[in-house]
Amino acid sequence: MTQMTFARAINSGLRKSLENDPKVILMGEDIGTLGGVFRVTDGLQKDFGTHRVVDTPLAESAIMGTAVGLAYRGYRPVVEIQFDGFIYPAFDQIVSQVAKLHYRTQGAVKMPITIRVPFGGGIGSPEHHSESPEAYFTHTSGLRVVSVSNPQDAHTVIQQAILSDDPVLYFEPKRRYHDKGEVDEGIDPRTALPMDSARVVAEGTDVTLVAYGPLVKTAKDAATAAADEGISIEVIDLRSLAPVDYATVEASVRKTGRLVVTHEAGQSGGLGAEVAASITERCFYHLETAPVRITGFDIPYPYSKLEMHHLPGLDRILDGVDRALGRPNSLSGLEG
Amino acid sequence: MSTDRNLIQLVTPAGERISHPEFDPWVKDIGDEQLCSLYEDLTVIRRIDVEATALQRQGELGLWPPLLGQEAAQVGSGRALREDDFVFSSYRENGVAYCRGVDLTDITRVWRGTASSGWDPYTVNMATPQIIIGAQTLHATGYAMGIQNDGADSVAVTYFGDGAISEGDVNEALVFAASFQAPVVFFCSNNHWAISEPVRLQSHIQIADRAAGFGIPSLRVDGNDVLAVMAATRVALDRARHGGGPTFIEAVTYRMGPHTTADDPTRYRDANELEDWAAKDPILRVKALLERKGLLTDQVQQHVHDKAESVAREIRSGCIGMPDPEPMDIFKHVYSEPNSWLDRQQDHYARYLASFGDPAGATPEEGAR
Repeated sequence: MTQMTFARAINSGLRKSLENDPKVILMGEDIGTLGGVFRVTDGLQKDFGTHRVVDTPLAESAIMGTAVGLAYRGYRPVVEIQFDGFIYPAFDQIVSQVAKLHYRTQGAVKMPITIRVPFGGGIGSPEHHSESPEAYFTHTSGLRVVSVSNPQDAHTVIQQAILSDDPVLYFEPKRRYHDKGEVDEGIDPRTALPMDSARVVAEGTDVTLVAYGPLVKTAKDAATAAADEGISIEVIDLRSLAPVDYATVEASVRKTGRLVVTHEAGQSGGLGAEVAASITERCFYHLETAPVRITGFDIPYPYSKLEMHHLPGLDRILDGVDRALGRPNSLSGLEG
Repeated sequence: MSTDRNLIQLVTPAGERISHPEFDPWVKDIGDEQLCSLYEDLTVIRRIDVEATALQRQGELGLWPPLLGQEAAQVGSGRALREDDFVFSSYRENGVAYCRGVDLTDITRVWRGTASSGWDPYTVNMATPQIIIGAQTLHATGYAMGIQNDGADSVAVTYFGDGAISEGDVNEALVFAASFQAPVVFFCSNNHWAISEPVRLQSHIQIADRAAGFGIPSLRVDGNDVLAVMAATRVALDRARHGGGPTFIEAVTYRMGPHTTADDPTRYRDANELEDWAAKDPILRVKALLERKGLLTDQVQQHVHDKAESVAREIRSGCIGMPDPEPMDIFKHVYSEPNSWLDRQQDHYARYLASFGDPAGATPEEGAR
């Protein structure tokens, strides 16, 4: 076990993938000489060369489109989108090409492309640097979408994403890049917990709290705080956003009878809606109260002085837990 | 405005072979026999196009994008390629597909709607048609970067129309191809019309002249002259094979038919224009050339006619005989690996179909339409 930052853990996972498969190739803006604006690819171009770690011109659609061509040729491109808000120029290539080519060619052409996206807020950035666009991609068939919450998963799941023959969007919670954790670099990604499995990260009996990416830490902190008040929260780290491992969530809700889902992305049409609807369909009669969503608002990502109002924090999550438990909360007395 | 560069032309519309010191050497192997063979290709491809259009009119195809008038651009370039070169085309390059050896039935498959693509790209080294305008130019560029990494000497060739040159993807592809000196040939079939929009709406200068701004050499060729197209394509391929990077070819041709069978060009273009271009027909000029050379014998004409008719029969019977897909096929190949979301939907839909009591043949009636 080695103590390392979240960013370093991804770097180490990328390094292993580059070592293990000569067809793995990294592409993106500033990822070579600079090592990425977050230094996630630090040192990789020096060790693997400019043909394996490619600094590209500034054109996101082209980065994605040439990755498609490389995949046609048998490569496994790992694309870095510098910031969440910069992914939209590549949206057409992702949705119309990356996601559909396997289907469109009756399985003849595989698209084993990994798209790394630093996402989410909380770092005081200007606009377009703090977005949570994951629902656009979870709504797109043909893609797999994952988000990791800790250095060990970051290290293992990036390797699993690269090994997958399907295209994977890998959302990195940028405000956790400097968080440290123990990482066992010897874990074999092929035998580790599959990347499409959720994980119960804190056991509890009163309410199920579902989170992913940056909010897993917040959710765990909420569970710790609630325990002081005698409330037992079971925290689930979704890890995979498409598909969601509903079996794990369902098993928890059957036990607790209550569900709170939290994410930074806006509420309407978001992943929380999907989880709430699916769990309601699957175990309606085990629910004691209606599922609760604690999410960002349906607004453009706000200016940084106010971002903490937008981002679900520990207290807002606990307020939602109170609502799920039928305890007094900020919406008490309101209908619906 | 840029200077009006002369078109590269080796055969005039009247069928006269004119000499061109720079490009003649690139087609010096095209003797009488090869010329007859190109004539056959052009004729067969036009016949395929006519047959497919008829199949659409008879309700056997949902849609067809005719290539009438563009046969020489497709044959001249398609026949210049090596087997290990890889083509990324638009939806109109059915003539190129024929040259690549795509099965005739497969050419119509996607237009009949029995599958989302016609063929396995790796069996003929040609991707299936791209509908998103210009998107394929990036795929070709990425593929070419892969060729470069592999140290191979094959070339990626991408076809697109004059409309596509306004797309960001095409411009980005030119940037990437130039930056990485990727072995890719950009083949722009300037057929003068993007559905109803004339080429002057896309570009204020000759399309080929744009390439210079990207640092890419370009060739402007008479797209209705099969020999000139072949020579230009060979020049570009040769450059790419030997580390010279990308080339941009503008093949000046004309879409004599509609954009697709759903289009009505009489709403937006002048009949005189069509007449002008009919005089530059790519097949007539090869025919005239053969005649001048005394090669257009009854025997040759009969052979080409028979071949075209037999291909037409084959494409018709292949198209009509194509089995309909099974309902549950819609779930196939969305992912390479199992997916819990989709597996559940698939299972539920199978149960729904089975609820009709005939698991194999159940078809949800009008309600599903």
